[in-house]
Amino acid sequence: MANYEPPVTDYDSIVENCTCAFCGCNCDDLDYLIKDGHVVGVRHACRLGASKIMEDMDQRLMVPMIRGEDGELAETDWDTALDKAAELIAGAIRPIFYGWSETSIETMHHGLELGELVGAVLDNQATICHGPSLQAVQNAGYPISTLGEVKNRADMCLYTGSNAMNSHPRHMARYSTFPRGYFRPRGRFDRTVVTLDPKYSDTAKMSDIWVGFEQNGDYEFYNAIRAVLKGKKLQKEFISGIPKEDVEELAEAMKNVQFGALFFGLGLTHTLSKQRNIDIAIQMVADLNSYTKWILMPMRGHFNVNGFNIFMAFETGFPYGVDFARGYQRYMNGETNTIDLLTRKECDVFMVIAADPGAHYPGGAIKHLAEIPVIQVDIHWGPSTEIADVVLPGSFVGVEVGGTSYRMDGVPIWMKKAIDKPESCRDDEWIIKELLERVKKIKAEQGALASK
Amino acid sequence: MEYVLKNGIVYDPANKVAGEKKDVMFKDGKIVDSVSADAKVLDVTDKIVMPAGIDPHAHVAGPKLVVGRIYRPEDSRKGVTHKTDVTRSESGFSIPSCPSTGYRYSRMGYGTVVEAAVPPLEAKHTHEEINSIPNLDIVPLSLFGNNWFVLQYAKQNQIEDLAAFVAAWLKIAKCYGVKIVNPCGSEAWGWGMNVHGLDDPAPYWDVTGREVVTALAKANEMLGMPHSVHVHPNDLGHPGNYPTTVSTMDALKDIEKNSTVRGQTMHLTHAQFHAYGGTSWRDADSGADHIADYVNKNDHITIDVGQVTLDETTTMTADAPMEFDLYKLSGLKWANKDVELETAAGIVPVIYSGKAPVNSLQWAIGLELFLKVNDPWKVCLTTDHPNAGPFIRYPRIISWLMSNERRQEMMDNREVHPWSHRRTSLASLEREYDFNEIATITRAGPAKIYGFQDRGALTPGYNADIAVFDINPNDIDPSRNPEAIEKGFSTAMYTIKDGEILVKDGDIVKVVKSQTLWTNVKGMEEQEKAVMERVMPDFTRYYTVKFENYQVHDKYLPNPIVTEVQAGK
Repeated sequence: MANYEPPVTDYDSIVENCTCAFCGCNCDDLDYLIKDGHVVGVRHACRLGASKIMEDMDQRLMVPMIRGEDGELAETDWDTALDKAAELIAGAIRPIFYGWSETSIETMHHGLELGELVGAVLDNQATICHGPSLQAVQNAGYPISTLGEVKNRADMCLYTGSNAMNSHPRHMARYSTFPRGYFRPRGRFDRTVVTLDPKYSDTAKMSDIWVGFEQNGDYEFYNAIRAVLKGKKLQKEFISGIPKEDVEELAEAMKNVQFGALFFGLGLTHTLSKQRNIDIAIQMVADLNSYTKWILMPMRGHFNVNGFNIFMAFETGFPYGVDFARGYQRYMNGETNTIDLLTRKECDVFMVIAADPGAHYPGGAIKHLAEIPVIQVDIHWGPSTEIADVVLPGSFVGVEVGGTSYRMDGVPIWMKKAIDKPESCRDDEWIIKELLERVKKIKAEQGALASK
Repeated sequence: MEYVLKNGIVYDPANKVAGEKKDVMFKDGKIVDSVSADAKVLDVTDKIVMPAGIDPHAHVAGPKLVVGRIYRPEDSRKGVTHKTDVTRSESGFSIPSCPSTGYRYSRMGYGTVVEAAVPPLEAKHTHEEINSIPNLDIVPLSLFGNNWFVLQYAKQNQIEDLAAFVAAWLKIAKCYGVKIVNPCGSEAWGWGMNVHGLDDPAPYWDVTGREVVTALAKANEMLGMPHSVHVHPNDLGHPGNYPTTVSTMDALKDIEKNSTVRGQTMHLTHAQFHAYGGTSWRDADSGADHIADYVNKNDHITIDVGQVTLDETTTMTADAPMEFDLYKLSGLKWANKDVELETAAGIVPVIYSGKAPVNSLQWAIGLELFLKVNDPWKVCLTTDHPNAGPFIRYPRIISWLMSNERRQEMMDNREVHPWSHRRTSLASLEREYDFNEIATITRAGPAKIYGFQDRGALTPGYNADIAVFDINPNDIDPSRNPEAIEKGFSTAMYTIKDGEILVKDGDIVKVVKSQTLWTNVKGMEEQEKAVMERVMPDFTRYYTVKFENYQVHDKYLPNPIVTEVQAGK
C-alpha cells in the first residue's frame, strides 16, 4: 500500500455537485473540499479528474506574457498583451482559432463573433480525434441515447477501440456497467460486458467477453457481424483472426439482448479504415435495431468537445472546421480543417484556446506553427506555450468560473464555480470578449482611415 | 417612439376587422388608439396589414435540431448566404442555423414561434439555441407523455399529484405548456418497440396512452394552463391511423375546460400525419373526412395541419419508433436520440416528391383538412417544420389555399401524382381561403389557442407585433395569381416587433434578441414541494445528473416573458 493516501480531513468547506472538467463523462456529482481558497480534496472523482482539479496550480500560467526579440517569453500587463493579440488577429489574413473543448459555451459565443468578424477558421479537437466519427455520422446516421438510458436499461455494454477504464475511468461505474438502473437492479450482474480490442486492456479485464481481433481488423470484423445478422454464411474460417464460430456466437448474443450499447473510442477512429470503421459500426447498430434495441456513442475526450460541435452546429450549421474567410461559413473536410491549413502553410495567425496543439499535432503542422504568431489562452504551461508569442492566462471552468458544457451524450450541464481564480488571471470569456472589443476598435479605425 | 401605419388594408380577425382601410398606431412597443401629431408616418396605402404571424408548432431549437445539423451538412450547405452589415451569414434549408431561423421567420412577417418538443433534461440546450435565434419570441413546450413519473401518476390516476408535478417541472424546464408525443410509444421505444393505438399499454409500466392523455389533460385543466394539452397521438404516419386519432380526441371530450383565454381542451398537432385510411401504403387513402368531421362537430378540439410541401427535408420527432419505421422504408441515414426517463427522438431525411404516390396523397390530405374544417379558428397553418417541409414554404401553402385553380392545375399537369385526387376528395373541393381566413389560421387562431393576451391581434395595449405585405387585396385575384401571393407573403414590406421595425421591403434592417415565454403556476407550492420530495429519491437513483444541475437556471432566459396562472382558477 505504498500509494495509500489518507483521506483529507483538514478543510474549511465543501461545495457539492460540482462538475468535473476532465473527460466527456462530465461527472456532476463531485464534492470539492476547500481550504484557504484552494481545492484540497475531491470526493467521487476518478484519479484523472481529481488530480486535474486539485493540482490546478501546478505549472499554472499566472501572468500574461509576450515573446520578445530575444525569443524569450517575458511577463507583461494585460493591456499590452491583449493589444498585441488583438493587433495580430486584426492584421491576419487567414487566422485559425483552435481549441475550445476545455472552455465554456459562453466563451465560444465571443470567439465565434470574433471569428465571423475577421474571417477566421474555427475548429476544435474533433479535427484530430473524433472527426472521423462525425464524418461517419454524416455518412451513415447517428443512433444515440443519453447515458441514463444505458444505466437503466442496458443488459449488454460493448466497448470497442476504447479503454474506458483508463481514459474515462468513471464511465463504467457511473453510466454503463456497474450502476443499478431501474430495469437492471443488480447493476453489474444484470449486464454482459464485451470488449472488442486487439489489446487486453484494463477494460477487457473487467469484461465478460473479450474479442482480441487483429490490429486494423475492425472493419472486417463488423462487416462479418453484419453478414451474420443478415443470415449470411461466413466464407472464411477466421475473421480478423477470430474463428468464425466466435463471430457468429457474438452476433447471436448481440441480437438477443434487450438493450445494447456500443461505445467506441479512438481505437476505432484512428485505425486503418478510419471513418469507414464507424460507418459500419453505425450500420451494424441500425441492423441490430431490427431485432432489438441498440445505440452507440462516441467516447468523447474533453468535457466540452461535444459542446463545441453542438454550439457550432446550431450557430453555423456545421460542427467543426468552419471557415469564415469568404464572409459566410464553409465546411469541407480536408480543406477547412486546422491540420490541412497548417500543413499547406495557409494560416498566418493561430490562436489556441484551451487546447495543446504543441503536444498533439503532427510534426509538419507544428513546424508551421513555429513560424507564425501563436496566441495561447490557457491555464497551464504546455508544449504550446513554447511556441506561443502571446500568452493569456485563463481560468479553470467548473472550478474557478461557471460555464455550460455538453456531455458526450449531449446533455447540457451548468458547471458551477467553487473557488476564486488567481488574481492575476482572467476568465476565458472575459479574455475573448476583450479581444473582440479591441479587434472591433482596430477594424473601425482601419475603416475610418480607408474612407478618408 | 410613435408610429402610424397609414391607409393599410387591415385584417385583424380577433377584432373582427376584415379588410378595412384604416390606420394602425403604436407607441413604445404597444398598439395604441391614438398618437400625437409627431408620430412617424409609414405609408402603407392599400397594403395588407396583419398582426405578426404566430407559428403554433415548429421545431426550431433543441437537441434533435442539432443532431440534424451535425449529421446533414448537405442541408446546411443549401441556404448559405453572405453576411451583411446587419445580419450574420445564413445556412440551411430544412434545418437552418439559429440565426437563419430568426431572419427567415422575420422576413415572412412572423413574430412568435412555438418550439414544440423540449425534453426537460436537455432544456438548457433548447434555451441556449433560443437565445441564438434573433427577432422572435419563442414558446417552448415540454414533453410529458412518456415521462416515467407521469406514467406512474397516470396509472394510479393521481391527478392532483400529477398537476403539481407538471407545475414543478415547467418551472424547472422553463416551458410554456404540456406536449404529449406518442404517449407510451416513445417509452416502448426504449426497448425498440412501439405501442399500437390508444389502448396498447407501454411495456412494463402497464399504462395506456388513453390513461396518460386523459390524466395530463385533467392536470392541465386543474392548473388552468393558458394552453391546452398539445397532443401528437399514437400511430403517426401509419396507414389506417385515423381511428386512433379520433378516439384520442374523443377520450378528452368530457374534460371540463378551466380557462377563459382559450376555447379548446386539446390541440391536435400535425393532423395530416394522423389522417390516413387503408391498411398499408398500397391501399392507403384519405381519412381527412373523419378528422375534419369530428373537429367540425366538437368544440374542444383545435388542430394544426402539418402540410406536406413536396421538398427534401429532415424529419424529426420524439416519436422515435415511427422514425425507425421511416428509416426502414427509405433507407436514408437514421439518427436517434433517446432521453432517459423522459422521451425519445428520431431523425431521418425525407424527400417528399410530387412524383411519389404516397407523398402526393399526404399533400392532398393536408389541403383537405384545411378546406374541410369549416371554422378557421379551429385550424392553423403549419408544416410541423421541418417534418412536412420547411417553414419558408408557408407562403406557398397560402397560395394553394387561396387558389382552387392552382390546386387543380397541379393535379391536372401531374405536378402531383394522381393518388392526390384518386384517393382523396381534394379535386372536388372548391373552397378558397380569403385574406381574413389566412390571417385567422396564421395569427388570430394560434394566439387564441395559446391563450396569448398580448399578441395575435391589433388591440390597443397589445404588443406592436405587426406585419405589412406588399399586396393590394382589392386589386388582386389570389385565385389567378398564386405566384404573386406566394411572393407577397414571403417578403414582408414591414415586420414590426414590439414596435421596432425589423424588416423593411423584405430585408432585415434590425436584429433584436429573442424572448422566451414560460408559464409559472402559482398556488400549488405545498403540493409541488411534497411531490418533489417524493420523486427525489427516484430522480437521484435513475437520472445521471444531479438535480441541482438538471434545472434550467434563470441565466438561460435573459429575456423571459412569464405567464403567471393561479392553479384551479
